[in-house]
Amino acid sequence: MTAPVAVSVENLSKRFRLYHERNQSLKASLVRGRRARFEELWALRDVTLDVHEGTTLGLIGKNGSGKSTLLKTMAKILRPDRGRISVQGRLSALLELGAGFHPELSGRENIFLNGSILGLGRKELKRKFDEIVSFAEVEPFLDTPVKDYSSGMYVRLGFSVAINVDPAVLLVDEVLAVGDERFQRKCKEKFADLQADGRTVVIVSHDLGAVRNLCDEAVLLEDGRLERAGPVGEVIDHYLGQVHRDRLDEGGLGARWGTGEGRIERIEVLDDRGAAAVLRTGDPAVFRLHYQTPEPLERPVFTMAVYSVEGIHVTEPSTRDAGLVPDKIEGRGHVDLRVDRLLLVPGTYDIGASLTDLTGAHSYDVRHRAFRFEVAPGTPAERHGVVSLGGRWEGEALE
Amino acid sequence: MATRATHAHVRDLAVNLTLRELKGKYKRSVLGWSWSLLNPLATALIFTMVFKIFFAAATPLGEPSGLQNFPLFLLCGLLPWNYLANGLNGATESLVANGNLIKKVYFPREVLVVANVASWMVPLLIEFSVLSVLLLVFGNFVLPWLPLVLLLILVQTGFVLGIGLILGAVNVYFRDVKHLIGILLQALFYATPIVYSLSQVPEQASLFGLEVPVRSLYRLNPMVPMVEAFRDVLYDLRFPPLGDLLYVLGWGLACMAVGLLVFSRLEPRLAEEL
Ligand SMILES: Nc1ncnc2c1ncn2[C@@H]1O[C@H](COP(=O)(O)OP(=O)(O)O)[C@@H](O)[C@H]1O
Repeated sequence: MTAPVAVSVENLSKRFRLYHERNQSLKASLVRGRRARFEELWALRDVTLDVHEGTTLGLIGKNGSGKSTLLKTMAKILRPDRGRISVQGRLSALLELGAGFHPELSGRENIFLNGSILGLGRKELKRKFDEIVSFAEVEPFLDTPVKDYSSGMYVRLGFSVAINVDPAVLLVDEVLAVGDERFQRKCKEKFADLQADGRTVVIVSHDLGAVRNLCDEAVLLEDGRLERAGPVGEVIDHYLGQVHRDRLDEGGLGARWGTGEGRIERIEVLDDRGAAAVLRTGDPAVFRLHYQTPEPLERPVFTMAVYSVEGIHVTEPSTRDAGLVPDKIEGRGHVDLRVDRLLLVPGTYDIGASLTDLTGAHSYDVRHRAFRFEVAPGTPAERHGVVSLGGRWEGEALE
Repeated sequence: MATRATHAHVRDLAVNLTLRELKGKYKRSVLGWSWSLLNPLATALIFTMVFKIFFAAATPLGEPSGLQNFPLFLLCGLLPWNYLANGLNGATESLVANGNLIKKVYFPREVLVVANVASWMVPLLIEFSVLSVLLLVFGNFVLPWLPLVLLLILVQTGFVLGIGLILGAVNVYFRDVKHLIGILLQALFYATPIVYSLSQVPEQASLFGLEVPVRSLYRLNPMVPMVEAFRDVLYDLRFPPLGDLLYVLGWGLACMAVGLLVFSRLEPRLAEEL
């Protein structure tokens, strides 16, 4: 059973021109007798893929790999240089919320303006007006110029208009991470409604956890080429394998400071089969901090910090809090934080580690968010928030 | 069916964008829309002072209307001129000013140019209404001529829109087009019979010892017969020469055709060049 194709991309290539001087002036071209010189950059090379109706597809890849370019080409904002794209049905692109709002106009006027920019007819807008307003929660401010809106109100209104275009194909670029938490939840619900309704969605996001949660399939782009396409879990795992290797090569990305009298050499994440880039909710895990000290260090403290990729500080276990303070360490070695059941919900997390003295006043080595790993769905099968409580539901009704 | 819906939608969009331009135009000014009338009146006052008092120029006599009033003579040419100048300046900026929109949403981009030009047509219509009242007060019975005025506005719109489409798109690639256009418009203003009448332009003149048919060359400028036609209809109350009408009509159509062609060539790369 394959659904019909909603977005078809065939041998798509897109080329940009990079000008040597950004300021494009007639002078430059008159002096040279032609337009400013440019170099070519192929942002997409021969990409072919089909998105079937009702699928939610995630586009992932490093910065500059061409994700936004592909999305914008699907949205017809950019014109392909080679190949073809065809989209079945009405398309709405959420690339920037409230693009096209005029700051001096009221919320009401902007709904009509933005709606018609996004492709809604007047009658349709009138019919959906109340829904747009109530979803955005801006009733009391309908006649206020949007320049006086808070940034929250602004994006809410932008999102509300765009989502009410009622698209068959929805393109989303990172914008789901806007507004306060409550509105984000509302957006996600609306989003889930669209998915349940069989709409096709294409998402670009850096938040692999969100991609894993929201998407069925994923496409990994590298240097404008389609590196891998398939079920979301597979593609993300493949990507993380790559990123993981890159990170080790770079020696970690986050900030690092300290006196250097002792060093955290390496951070390692292991599951029951050994080193892993992907863990699973509910499975055992070991976090291993490799250290090295040129001089003996007295009464040292190892601390590990876990952050969600959005920056939430999840937890920070330390050997001191566990009451484990060795008198002295020297040379090379490692300490393990052994977790019987990993209760992080699926998503992307960063680990930092530090080696300090007992008071914490003296830092030998602090490595902030130095290692990234991924948590895949397991048991408990929870999706939202950061941690699971590992609880069990009970009750007669549930038996 | 689908295309009909699309046409309706593009029309809605053009109307909404025009309203946005109009509402935005005088939003933060105390006198608001009155500026649209005060501006040409102030210009008329200034030129009247300069030409009537300092130059002591003779006021052209309306033939057969018999009207002889310098400010009204001036306004009959100044209003279409302002439409041209504002329209071209606005159209030149219209795509760059909406760059963010072009980069984030797809819609037919020419609508931005159309909306900008349309937003200058609205004040023009108001100005012409006020001018018509003034002309009536001064004894020119212009009412039967107004349909022809509308027709002339339409022809001029083709002219402004066509060139505006080219300038707007080219300005995305070369940002100094807008400065260039400022200078060209200034030159064109004096090469058009606005503050003087066509009859004051000599038929022949000798330049570097050559006899040059100045008037004929001068008349090649399409704004010359354009402004003359407006003045014929409003100030003199007579039918403009048919040849002139055909000439400006030809220009209007040609500008539209070339404008659309050039725009369609430049349009695909707009989003990435902005
Ligand atoms: N308008 C543009 N002009 C020139 N180069 C561009 C333009 N837009 C994107 N690029 C280049 O194209 C490449 C792909 O960019 P992009 O699609 O934004 O990547 P991603 O979304 O994966 O981070 C990058 O090298 C970027 O610098």
